[in-house]
Amino acid sequence: MHKEKINQLNAFSSQIRRDIVRMVHAQNSGHPGGSLGCVEYFTALYNEVMTHHPKPFNMDGNNEDLFFLSNGHISPVFYATLARTGYFPIEELNTFRMIDSRLQGHPTTHEGLPGVRVASGSLGQGLSVAIGAALSKKANNDNSIVYTLHGDGELQEGQIWEAAMYAASNNVDNLISTIDYNGRQIDGDVDDVLSLGNLKSKWLAFGWDVLETNGNNIEVLMSTLEIAKTKTGKGKPIMIIMETEMGFGVDYMMGSHKWHGVAPNDDQLKVALNQLEESLGDY
Amino acid sequence: MEIKILGNKDTRSGFGDGLTYLGENNPNVVALCADLTGSLKMGDFKNKFPERFYQVGIAEANMVGIAAGLTIGGKIPFTGTFANFSTSRVYDQVRQSIAYSNKNVKLCASHAGLTLGEDGATHQVLEDIGMMKMLPGMTVINPCDYNQTKAATIAIANHNGPVYLRFGRPKVPIFIPENTPFEIGKALLLQEGTDVSIFATGHLVWEAVEAAKVLAESGVSVELINIHTIKPLDTKSILKSVAKTKCVVTAEEHQIAGGMGESIAQLLASNSPAPIEFVAVNDKFGESGKPADLMKKYGLHSSNIIEATHRVLKRK
Repeated sequence: MHKEKINQLNAFSSQIRRDIVRMVHAQNSGHPGGSLGCVEYFTALYNEVMTHHPKPFNMDGNNEDLFFLSNGHISPVFYATLARTGYFPIEELNTFRMIDSRLQGHPTTHEGLPGVRVASGSLGQGLSVAIGAALSKKANNDNSIVYTLHGDGELQEGQIWEAAMYAASNNVDNLISTIDYNGRQIDGDVDDVLSLGNLKSKWLAFGWDVLETNGNNIEVLMSTLEIAKTKTGKGKPIMIIMETEMGFGVDYMMGSHKWHGVAPNDDQLKVALNQLEESLGDY
Repeated sequence: MEIKILGNKDTRSGFGDGLTYLGENNPNVVALCADLTGSLKMGDFKNKFPERFYQVGIAEANMVGIAAGLTIGGKIPFTGTFANFSTSRVYDQVRQSIAYSNKNVKLCASHAGLTLGEDGATHQVLEDIGMMKMLPGMTVINPCDYNQTKAATIAIANHNGPVYLRFGRPKVPIFIPENTPFEIGKALLLQEGTDVSIFATGHLVWEAVEAAKVLAESGVSVELINIHTIKPLDTKSILKSVAKTKCVVTAEEHQIAGGMGESIAQLLASNSPAPIEFVAVNDKFGESGKPADLMKKYGLHSSNIIEATHRVLKRK
């Protein structure tokens, strides 16, 4: 990748991070930790990896790649990315979690927000929905790819493993899923709450093609996503185990589960914004 | 409408035959099943349209999610499993991925209620109508015989939005003529009368037909209305009938709580209160047994409708 491109993507990520902390600060509500950790993934997906058409948004998404956010609580990074890639006005980020807003606490189709194709928030459901969309694409002879993102804690939900079994045994090979492997959940470290054991072995045993990557290094992540694309259409669904740091980019939020669902106060916001370049202009 | 027995068949076969008709006539219709293809009578669709049939195994939550996803791209998915596994087992999935997301999924549910019989209470869901009608935007339909179930199956494919279609296991009389139009949300007047309105749904419609015959012999003029669509309720037809008869009996194979009778009681309480008696299961789980014996034991027999009618007439 050209250095210029990397710089451009990192600048985009920095602005998304500013948007995230400003959104959750404004309402004193939301989930900054996981959102910050997944910024590079969203930056890569919506700027480089996916073929998608923000305007006019079409629910069916025929002949475009689709993305499903299964861990809906990281809506701030989803909304900021959608706004900054043309799905809806950037100023609308001001309404996050407010009454009468399309930017609900967790993503939904209910208020007609462009870019969202199913509600998520109650965990464990997005993989099944994505499989359905992938099957629909196959039935329509549409060669586009379906992407999903999941939290690692979310894998404790049983439905994920129903879906994992189904996708492999039915060769749903137009599906690239990613796990945000930050090792944290609300009550603490995933290993302490309910260990996932050997995660890579689990997905391999379920019959998936598994890749591992660093989700906070755009260059490494981009290259993994490009490799993942080359693995589609070969009979297996693809899982990317993406190591991230919860709270990445804001020093005091990193390395702890405490910022899973807590907003920064006024002083903390200032500190955070000082660490994040305003590359595209705040909303 | 003159009511006569035209045959004897299970309502689930009406679903299966309706689904095959849709397979032949609507290329967007696809079907999913959770290891109950035979029980749901989906085998014909599966054999004729294998590329449009998805066997998901014993994983109902995943089935509900896949169905929601299939709508993205224009498919009209029909899911098939037992009523218990279509509702209580997957309530959160139905709520978030289908109802709240307004996905065009048809949840088709067999073996509802006590008439499932010998398998017992683990499988005899009696709370499904309540669960489904509480979800905003969900249409809830409980047809009464083979012909009506087939017609309902075909009709819901043309309705854009989530639908819960509930039917059952045993062979029951066919008495709705084959060419009777099925209109979602429009009650079917089976018999005009002046003394009491009997509103019945599902398998209890036939019991109500039998009750009305006996009641006629004792001089009671029954207005019998088949409420096949519990949501949206045909409020106009119900209010019109009760304005005339001034009292009501409801009959359904479901708990009183959350059932069709509850919806009607709510409608009447808000508009024109009238005495009402509920023929339904009263806060109990079912048990193993022959369907006919269970219907008697739990008070869902035509004799219970007759008794309820005499009670409500005294309260007028």
